[in-house]
Amino acid sequence: MSVAEFELTRLPMGKTAQVIGVGADGLTRNRLLDLGLVPSTIVEAIRKSPAGDPIAYKIRGAIIALRAEESNQITVRPIY
Amino acid sequence: MGLTAQSTGIYAFLEELKCGSGAQTNAVIALAGNPNTGKSTVFNGLTGLKQHTGNWPGKTVILAKGNYQYKKKNITLVDLPGTYSLLANSADEQVARDFICFGDPDATVVVADSTCLERNLNLVLQVMEITPKTILCVNLIDEAKRKKIEIDCTKLEEILGIPVVPTAARDKVGLKDLKETIHKIAFAKKIPQPKQLAYNQDIEAAIYEIQQEVERLLQGRFNSRWVAMRLLDGDTTIIKEILSYLQRMKMDQEEGLGKCLEVECCE
Amino acid sequence: MNNLEIEFNQLVGKAQTVRNRLGAVRDQIVKGLYQQAQYIAGEVVKTHDRRDDLDRKIDNIVTSKFFGYPLMIALLSLVFWITITGANYPSAMLADLLFAFQDRLTAFFQWAGAPDWLHGVLVLGLYQGLAWVVSVMLPPMAIFFPLFTFLEDLGYLPRVAFNLDKLFKKAGAHGKQVLTMCMGFGCNAAGVIACRIIESPRERLIAMLTNNFVPCNGRFPTLIAMAAVLMGAFVSGYNSFAASTLVAAVVVFGILVTLAVSWVLSKTMLKGVPSTFTLELPPYRWPKIGTLLIRSILDRTLFVLMRAVIVAAPAGAVTWILANIHIGDLSILAHFAGWLQGFGHLIGLDGYIVMAFILGLPANEIVVPILIMGYLSKGAMLELDSIEALRQVLINNGWTWLTPLNMILFSLLHFPCATTLLTIRQETQSTKWTLLSALIPTAVAIVVCFVVTQLVRGLGLV
Repeated sequence: MSVAEFELTRLPMGKTAQVIGVGADGLTRNRLLDLGLVPSTIVEAIRKSPAGDPIAYKIRGAIIALRAEESNQITVRPIY
Repeated sequence: MGLTAQSTGIYAFLEELKCGSGAQTNAVIALAGNPNTGKSTVFNGLTGLKQHTGNWPGKTVILAKGNYQYKKKNITLVDLPGTYSLLANSADEQVARDFICFGDPDATVVVADSTCLERNLNLVLQVMEITPKTILCVNLIDEAKRKKIEIDCTKLEEILGIPVVPTAARDKVGLKDLKETIHKIAFAKKIPQPKQLAYNQDIEAAIYEIQQEVERLLQGRFNSRWVAMRLLDGDTTIIKEILSYLQRMKMDQEEGLGKCLEVECCE
Repeated sequence: MNNLEIEFNQLVGKAQTVRNRLGAVRDQIVKGLYQQAQYIAGEVVKTHDRRDDLDRKIDNIVTSKFFGYPLMIALLSLVFWITITGANYPSAMLADLLFAFQDRLTAFFQWAGAPDWLHGVLVLGLYQGLAWVVSVMLPPMAIFFPLFTFLEDLGYLPRVAFNLDKLFKKAGAHGKQVLTMCMGFGCNAAGVIACRIIESPRERLIAMLTNNFVPCNGRFPTLIAMAAVLMGAFVSGYNSFAASTLVAAVVVFGILVTLAVSWVLSKTMLKGVPSTFTLELPPYRWPKIGTLLIRSILDRTLFVLMRAVIVAAPAGAVTWILANIHIGDLSILAHFAGWLQGFGHLIGLDGYIVMAFILGLPANEIVVPILIMGYLSKGAMLELDSIEALRQVLINNGWTWLTPLNMILFSLLHFPCATTLLTIRQETQSTKWTLLSALIPTAVAIVVCFVVTQLVRGLGLV
């Protein structure tokens, strides 16, 4: 993992990044992929829940909320 | 996960559909789509049923059905659960896929959210891979208009090779066109030729390697390319189900054959 | 046929070999799908300045640290307040109408020379039970459901799940349970069915077992009446604002209990790891009010009327019979109440109240009518036209301020109604879990009432 890549969880609100890879396995992984989180997808961090978790992301036109457990498994490279 | 067509009760449902209560049905149409696309509104709009809709994922009751009359034909509509894809192994997605694959609907309408077309196309393409008799219903065009989103449906039709019908089901806009299109596809003599989705080189090569054998075994009953892909994806349940389906068909055939012979004897 | 199987197995084997060579097949397939989707969308979709700012602005407030939670509680209270205040007038009107008709019925029975017991069972029991349920339950439901459906169709509910998910995760449950609880406000049976949106069986079961802690429309009348009685002990005059605040507070308590019980369940009987949580926040869509009203009122109206006929009417008849058949010098009802008195007193209630709850198993709405019938021992449910009249009857039967409090708590927490239990049986296909879904809440109710009672008595407050 090069310096410019990190977990999606650490993407600051309002910033965009490109998906590099999806960790996890089995059902969780498939679900994330099905939502459009495939490598090369552009993701924007929209907002945090007032409780801090989950975080809502814009993925291919739709807004999806993910818990930290899930977003921790997604590696992204920032675009900004 | 071990979910089979048997365990999801799909065969029982199909039996019920065919033997159905009341009027004879001329065609069975499946209604698929992502959650939150207004699919149930389309369903209600076509069938006049008061099935409840709500603006959050997963609200659709599993396999609701209704019907309507159009041009003297009685059409049964089956509302499949809202799913993001037909690949993951949740019960909802399995049921939806099983119905489209084994239920052999006369047409499948995929309802898409026009304000979010890209994400919705994922499901459309998957359905097209299973059955050529697919219709794309681009719903919520009133919302799209409000957000200043324009969709070139003619071009979309060209690219996909399947009919595309824009609708705003809430206001009953476009539903007549939808009924007409369904009618055309369900009772058409020619099977439509949707565009074939191409994957990367490695995948295509792999498909090529096993497709011929798959074709032979399926006896033309299913889309061999799609089944080949499921095999490569490691989905063994689909194979078991296809196998049992074919075995059932064979048994039915043999039974039917036996009956024919009987009749001939008596004559 | 065996041949076929062999060939298939061979094919599967071959595919497996090819698959192993390829590596991450699923990734490549889904990526391929999305790239095509992206390309196609790029060709046919044109967006002129994107107008989703309004959605964002609304969400900025609805999910903000400062406004998010207060707004949720405020909305909840508002919905209750509108339901309670709005239902007052129609309820009174319906009651007048239906009970006036009852007088006609009585006159008819007298004219026809029908025996007293027949008149009792059919008119005083069956019809009165029906009339009570319809006049008391129908108006609040007819108001609550459109309001709730409005929030649903608007797209607000996923935001609630978004705000509360962390809390639910800590309790070992799934964020979507919030949505099933919201549904449970209308009807717990519907709430149980809504649990289908939770994919993991473990978390779905937790949601089903705890759905009962959210009071359904059938329990609102009980809660409201008891809240008014309780308020009346401290404040003179009926204040609907105070009553609805109290109800809101009760609901919040119910939610806390839900979290606590979910937590315990996830640590004991339903151990396991949290499953995936992905929730879509759909764009806000202003619902079509006309269709919404027709749909929710019609659907709900029919449902309530049906239930009144099927459940409340017979229950009313049965209760009348029990109240009017005497063994010795007491009615059967009074006998039951006597047996349950000891237990009732322990948990801050009395024998009649406990019996009313038990007889109210078919439907929560009939608990208060049965209770009043028991107290008045006239063998008929009297319509009490004011909270004051009700309070008098209760005081005459030994009620202190502790009693309505415990009645509220017990009503909130006790076993689900028969319809809900049947639904749980249907959804879980398991008798064991259905029984537990009745036992666990009841156990919680007993414990909570017991503790509160002992505390209050111990402190000499009553």
